[in-house]
Amino acid sequence: MSAAIKPMITLEEICTEAEKIRLSNPNLGDTIVSDIYQNAEMIAGPAVSKNSTDSRSWDYKLDDVLTSRLFGYPIMFALLSVIFWITIAGANVPSQMIADTLFAFQDQLLIWFELAGAPTWLTGIVVLGMFRGLAWVIAVMLPPMAIFFPLFTLLEDLGYLPRVAFNLDNMFKKCRACGKQILTMCMGFGCNAAGVVSCRIIDSPRERLIAVLTNNFVPCNGRFPTLIAIATIFMGGMVVSELQTAVASLVVTSLVVLGIFVTFAVSWALSHTLLKGEASSMVLELPPYRKPQLGAIFYRSLIDRTIFVLKRAIIMAAPAGAITWMLANIYIGEISIIGYLAAWLQPFAYAIGLDGFILLAFILGLPANEIVMPILLMCYLSAGQMMEFGTLEELRDILINNNWTWLTAVCTMLFCLLHWPCTTALLSAYKETGSKKWTFLTFLIPTVIAFIVCFIVAQSARLLNLV
Amino acid sequence: MSNSTIEEHQNFLSEHFGITTTPGQFTVALAGNPNVGKSTVFNALTGLHQHTGNWPGKTVDNAQGSFTYLDRSFLMIDLPGTYSILAHTVEEQVARDFICFGKPDATLVVLDATCLERNLNLALQVMEITPKIIVCVNLIDEAEKKNIKIDISALQKDLGVPVVATAARNGKGLGTLRQKLYEMSTGLCTPAPRQINYSSEVENAIQQLLPKVSRLIGSNLNPRWVALRLLDGDQAFINSISQYLDFDLHPTRLQEVAV
Amino acid sequence: MNTALTTIPLSTLGIGSVCQIVSLNLQGLLRRRILDLGMVPGTPVQCIRKSPAGDPVAYMVRDTLIALRSEDASQIHVNPM
Ligand SMILES: Nc1nc2c(ncn2[C@@H]2O[C@H](COP(=O)(O)OP(=O)(O)OP(=O)(O)O)[C@@H](O)[C@H]2O)c(=O)[nH]1
Ligand SMILES: [Mg+2]
Repeated sequence: MSAAIKPMITLEEICTEAEKIRLSNPNLGDTIVSDIYQNAEMIAGPAVSKNSTDSRSWDYKLDDVLTSRLFGYPIMFALLSVIFWITIAGANVPSQMIADTLFAFQDQLLIWFELAGAPTWLTGIVVLGMFRGLAWVIAVMLPPMAIFFPLFTLLEDLGYLPRVAFNLDNMFKKCRACGKQILTMCMGFGCNAAGVVSCRIIDSPRERLIAVLTNNFVPCNGRFPTLIAIATIFMGGMVVSELQTAVASLVVTSLVVLGIFVTFAVSWALSHTLLKGEASSMVLELPPYRKPQLGAIFYRSLIDRTIFVLKRAIIMAAPAGAITWMLANIYIGEISIIGYLAAWLQPFAYAIGLDGFILLAFILGLPANEIVMPILLMCYLSAGQMMEFGTLEELRDILINNNWTWLTAVCTMLFCLLHWPCTTALLSAYKETGSKKWTFLTFLIPTVIAFIVCFIVAQSARLLNLV
Repeated sequence: MSNSTIEEHQNFLSEHFGITTTPGQFTVALAGNPNVGKSTVFNALTGLHQHTGNWPGKTVDNAQGSFTYLDRSFLMIDLPGTYSILAHTVEEQVARDFICFGKPDATLVVLDATCLERNLNLALQVMEITPKIIVCVNLIDEAEKKNIKIDISALQKDLGVPVVATAARNGKGLGTLRQKLYEMSTGLCTPAPRQINYSSEVENAIQQLLPKVSRLIGSNLNPRWVALRLLDGDQAFINSISQYLDFDLHPTRLQEVAV
Repeated sequence: MNTALTTIPLSTLGIGSVCQIVSLNLQGLLRRRILDLGMVPGTPVQCIRKSPAGDPVAYMVRDTLIALRSEDASQIHVNPM
């Protein structure tokens, strides 16, 4: 190593020297950027030729409408409602078909198990627990999601999402947050865990944390179908059948809008307390609209969603079904374990408009929101009148037999919208923030809000003798 | 590279970037401004289904996927979109560090044909770090619709690196792209990237630092570029490079002290 | 270069008008972002549209539409053309 005789140079030495040069020429950084751009101009100039046609093309015209003072907000609301309307109207039939097929198969399974001489507990766990949990998740979750996501992706591919951020940024600014937060919320529709990760697009660490902490207030893939199902059978069920879908979609849309308002409120509160600070800057690129590739979108988001839902169903719903079945069928004295737990939760749950079983289902649903409804139904079915859930009508009967009123439905939907994030989302929050404290707050804030809101709604309704 | 250094490099990649390569596999970094179609190019080449969407910021995490061309395997890394790699944000730092320290066998810079000038800004920055770049002028179909014509061969001559026009969504130009990636990775093609002309104040400052920087880093990185970053007072880069120097050069430096 | 007297803040630009950037009175990350997007001194900028609430405002810079909040735009000094 003869070359090593040279005196060593350390990085620090060079940095000090660079620092000196920089101090004597404070604009150096800017000049570097300007110089690169000058080079870019010199290269692009001769290589690019533009035949300027009417540049005010449909791009401009579309923006004139979609971001207009008059129509900007109403169009956002209308698009959201229409998407839900199509989802709800379209999901009914395939849901029914999937349910019919799967439950027919369940009967077949039962016969086979009996022929094979399987013990009751095995049949219970495998068929009535695992298979049934799986079947419910697939029948209830898959069709709405397979309709909602292609529609949503259509808007995404068109380039509408940045316009939503453009329209709403002012509200976020008032909450001292960033307009790009709405983009992370849009990702949250798919999955809150993905929404939390997408918060990286927000530059300011403070505003990014706000976005992480509030992402849960947009209902994800696992909660939408629950909201849709309850809205359809309860809210829709109160009006004549022609209006059912319309009412149900209006209810779901209102819930989403409520979630957005809660997001604003919590963002505002955080900016004024734990995460104090002024709104920082926002630089948002509005890409040109592009014609969505219908085929590719439908194919991809359909397949994507189907696989996503099926995977979650198998990983989460099947084991949850088995556990729930066991809890519901292991008796201590006269009452099943589930019965005990629900009875123990009952007073508390009643105060917020739910019942012990509903709260228990939400608690057991912590690993995945998809399994809340199946657990709840399994609890109800095992607790009393054995009834097979095939149609939404039957679902409605099950709920009513278990003393559901419109208040139970409203509070369940509110709780579903506002309550704690699932473990996957919490894990993402932990990875993104790297802090136990912020992860805990990601859990705590929605939980507290869900309890407060449901408590107020339930107590006022009862005080006013509305139920 | 000898076997042991290849192994070291593989460890480095998996440790710092979470990337696992198989021996003999080429790594290709995919860089570009947000929303220029990087993920679409990635999907088209690898056959995977990374999510795409018409808004800047869709991809925030590195994705990787591989494809085989002429019996060679390529590992592509879809980096988050950035306007620059002067590293002001975490994403930019990730992209920059990968191109700079991950030493990909080729870096594919995807440009938006409808706003080439702004996109060239990033391409030029990448060209300063590594000569092994291929420029992919994507969205050429959109440009055509807007009556924008791009003289690809003039651009290629001016930049000194391969330039390919693509419409990734329709699969146009992908064959050429694979071919160029192959040529670049295997060393069949020797790029001569254009050097950025800086104004005299910047150039003087570079010259002042250059000798010392060259001595410190040897031939591992482009010394001009390192000098520029130091002049820019880029703290994130200073941290990255001191980490990297520790990792990569420390053994030799210890030897120096010993002698 | 023009004196500061003739420059106006970008935020005061009317829709449709074109201007040229003179200087940026911004710091830190935002300054770098704006520069990286090509808003360097001398660059022409056109004001395109306002969002429904009047803020942010979208500007056309180097064939790209970029939305900026008024606070930020007011720190960018331009020369109307
Ligand atoms: N017409 C056309 N559209 C394209 C082409 N390539 C990509 N797109 C569309 O451009 C949009 C952006 O594509 P992406 O692949 O998500 O872009 P990206 O560079 O990965 O974006 P980020 O992850 O946000 O950095 C999508 O809507 C694509 O469908 C193309 O060659 N032609
Ligand atoms: Mg991408």
